Amino acid sequence: MNAPGGSLLVAENLRKAYGPTMALDGAAFSIHPGEVVAVMGPSGSGKSTLLHCLAGIVTPDSGSITYDGRELATMNDAQRSQLRRSEFGFVFQFGQLVPELTCVENVALPLRLNGTPRKQAERTALGWMERLEVDDLAKKRPGEVSGGQGQRVAVARSLVTSPRVVFADEPTGALDSLNGERVMELLTEAARSASTAVVLVTHEARVAAYSDREIVVRDGKSRDMERVV
Amino acid sequence: MSIGHTLLGLLESGPRHGYDLKRAFDEKFGHDRPLHYGQVYSTMSRLLKNGLVEVDGIEAGDGPERKRYAITDAGITDVERWLATPEKPEPYLQSTLYTKVVLALLTHRDAADVLDTQRAEHLRSMRILTDRKRSGDLADQLICDHALFHLEADLRWLELATARLDKLKAAMTA
Repeated sequence: MNAPGGSLLVAENLRKAYGPTMALDGAAFSIHPGEVVAVMGPSGSGKSTLLHCLAGIVTPDSGSITYDGRELATMNDAQRSQLRRSEFGFVFQFGQLVPELTCVENVALPLRLNGTPRKQAERTALGWMERLEVDDLAKKRPGEVSGGQGQRVAVARSLVTSPRVVFADEPTGALDSLNGERVMELLTEAARSASTAVVLVTHEARVAAYSDREIVVRDGKSRDMERVV
Repeated sequence: MSIGHTLLGLLESGPRHGYDLKRAFDEKFGHDRPLHYGQVYSTMSRLLKNGLVEVDGIEAGDGPERKRYAITDAGITDVERWLATPEKPEPYLQSTLYTKVVLALLTHRDAADVLDTQRAEHLRSMRILTDRKRSGDLADQLICDHALFHLEADLRWLELATARLDKLKAAMTA
């Protein structure tokens, strides 16, 4: 592993309990700019909670998370929300596209929320849709496209603000092997070419094989696999 | 892999010299392990002896004579039989890894470390194959996928074994 000094996002000793359940029990994480890190582990191991903490969606009970030298705990809600909108991108397993909007409107949405005028936002969105090979679906609604296509639209949306980190939680979980692999190829290629870091939560080893390194979470504790051997 | 059957199969599309056979084999199947000339010629003389190929012509040149081989009817039947026979799945029962885990438990070493070390090694191989797939042609992709699915199955076992270490330890030391 590289020195934590060059890290973009670092978490140390994270603890988070939901009632009597310890979701995170001293977990640590770090990622460098442009790096793809897989977070693996069995269901219920705490990997999604780790992702939500790193993205500032969930506040840990204790421990520290530093993004680009700033401690997340010292930011107020508005600052964290601004961080998520401008510096972070998100891809989930499913149900993330707004059904009433066309695909290009969905991709443009994060830019619109940041105040970009519609035409400009949709032009940028279309550029990302081309890179993800779904520009021909621009005028279709999410209900009219396949699962694999919808997921590529979601990946385009996660990258449209040129974020520094994309958080992807089981992005291929609802797809068959071929579609899942295509999504991973396009996501990692697009992210690497834009120097965007990707935090990839997955339980599938073949998906994790697209990463640069992996962290395994078990019972809320993390293990950096680069340090194992 | 049966080199004899593979060379026979390659001869079905038409007679070839030993050198051409080697080149065709390496191009299609020999990604990591190209054939040695010695293997080709010893295999061809065995096939010749068994009547599965025949010498179709001999070219005399400056160097040694170059034999051109053709498949016989018996050879075609042999290829057909080979293709129709399913390969025995690997038994996977004598796992070195399982032995290592049990020994680690019996000697009070960290068995989880044994499993995680293997896991990291497996994932490293999977990354290399995934990279090769990205730049490879369709044949390359299929070969890599075959290996990737097997490695993934191993990784599932590693995860399951990790989750059951406490139970296994209790059973071993009872």
